[in-house]
Amino acid sequence: MDCQLDIFFLEAVVNGLLLAGLLALLALGLNLIFGVIDVVWICYAELVMVGMYGINYAYKGGMPFLVAALFGIVLVAIAGALLHFLVIRPVLETPPINQLLVTGGVLFLLQAAATMAFGIEFKNLGIRLGSLNIIDMSFSWSRILAFLFALAGMLALWLFLSRTFIGTAIRAISQDRQIMPLMGVDSRKLYLVTSAIGGGLAGLAAALMVLQYDIYPQIGLQFGPLIFMICVLGGLGNMIGGFVAAFIISQFIAVGSSCFHTEWGYAVAFLFFMVAIFIRPQGLFGSRT
Amino acid sequence: MLELKGIDAGYAGFQALFGVSMRVDAGEAVAVIGSNGAGKTTLLRVVSGLLAPTAGTMTMQGTDLIATPPHKVIETGIAHVPESRRLFPRLSVEDNLRMGAFIPAARAKFHQRLEYVYALFPRLKERRTQLAGTMSGGEQQMCAIARALMSEPKLVLLDEPSMGLAPVIVSQVFDLVRRIRNDGYTVLIVEQNVRQVLKVVDRAYLLEVGRMKASGRAEELAASDEIRKAYMGL
Ligand SMILES: Nc1ncnc2c1ncn2[C@@H]1O[C@H](COP(=O)(O)OP(=O)(O)OP(=O)(O)O)[C@@H](O)[C@H]1O
Ligand SMILES: [Mg+2]
Repeated sequence: MDCQLDIFFLEAVVNGLLLAGLLALLALGLNLIFGVIDVVWICYAELVMVGMYGINYAYKGGMPFLVAALFGIVLVAIAGALLHFLVIRPVLETPPINQLLVTGGVLFLLQAAATMAFGIEFKNLGIRLGSLNIIDMSFSWSRILAFLFALAGMLALWLFLSRTFIGTAIRAISQDRQIMPLMGVDSRKLYLVTSAIGGGLAGLAAALMVLQYDIYPQIGLQFGPLIFMICVLGGLGNMIGGFVAAFIISQFIAVGSSCFHTEWGYAVAFLFFMVAIFIRPQGLFGSRT
Repeated sequence: MLELKGIDAGYAGFQALFGVSMRVDAGEAVAVIGSNGAGKTTLLRVVSGLLAPTAGTMTMQGTDLIATPPHKVIETGIAHVPESRRLFPRLSVEDNLRMGAFIPAARAKFHQRLEYVYALFPRLKERRTQLAGTMSGGEQQMCAIARALMSEPKLVLLDEPSMGLAPVIVSQVFDLVRRIRNDGYTVLIVEQNVRQVLKVVDRAYLLEVGRMKASGRAEELAASDEIRKAYMGL
């Protein structure tokens, strides 16, 4: 073990912070869907994978990166709406386990389809943004930008939820589903809109991730479980809880990796998760009911 | 304005309304009185589309309500203040009012309507950022009524607004009802508090186990021996 309060430790802390932005964005999308529709999209990370491939091919097909990124966001937003329309809606009134199983099925379907369509080799956009060097520390610009755009995306969503009529309805619906028609709200439409927003957030995450990671069909497995852990730790459906939990978990990963070994970072984070959930089964910010 | 003819309605395997007919004219305040389980709430749920009737016809200013999807009923000018208020407890007062103005026609006038309900209920303006679930019962009832008024309705349905409130607050709630009547809204109110409600309405219907048993002017019903014995404890 080599854990000192030196400059490498500081570097690890800052890198953890940068990672947290992206994880918080992903957790937010999942929490939004769960909070409104009461369904967990097990295949959420696979939607990100779809977005990454979409952006990869759009960029290599000649689109400027920003246009390709926008294309990816729209693509995954549509995928989210389709997922709701084709897969979730038919089983919405059935026991929750069915909703888990169908979105779990979509996870395998998307992985298999991606493997057949795009092959198993790693793909990369080949964009190099370089890094920011401060003293002996080095932070890649792709991570810094990902952090900033993730924060901007979350801020935009927060403004939308707090300032608009549809945003208010999204916050209201889980508090009383039955009376939504009395307000003139068509719940089915609201679910579709929410699904598209949840997809759009996954698309934004995809646009930020293609600058940092190689793309392959199973990439979802690398961070999907992490997002679920964050959401449960923060209290499933609690957007603020998920945000805070993302920062906690990514610090454990970053500092754990720097003190012990890279693989150990995840183990330390998971250990913390188990202890925290044992003490507060409803999540750090969840209510007891 | 509102007309129901031969309405049957119920819940899986249980019929709660039998051939109910009634009407409410523009500018009137009408009460439906009846004891626990008479079907009063069911009746209002049918009118606002939350429950589909199994027989009968129902129109609002000529629009067929049975053919109207539930979330479109409010656009015909009907606003429903549901039983036990049903505010969104973890939204602020102002966000609850925003929900009341969700329909496109009301969104455009949101600020104007907000001014209007705040003038009508200054207490709500003081509490605009408070979470609705943390207010007192009387304040919540005020907020529920204000939320319904946000859509600029023609007809306001009130389901037992006095339920669960202390006697002092109950008379304040009936004052509120009087105020919205005087402001030109047509009111259909359902109540068990027969003595008080008959003082604020023009006409009333008596609902007993799902059937309309009597109807008449409020003063006449208030003077009827049968109703005084059965519902006013005299
Ligand atoms: N969701 C439901 N499922 C089954 N039966 C119901 C349901 N809601 C109401 N009922 C039944 O329908 C009948 C009428 O109920 P309703 O709620 O309309 O009465 P009410 O006149 O509003 O009574 P109260 O004054 O107690 O509110 C009752 O017998 C009740 O048990
Ligand atoms: Mg009732």
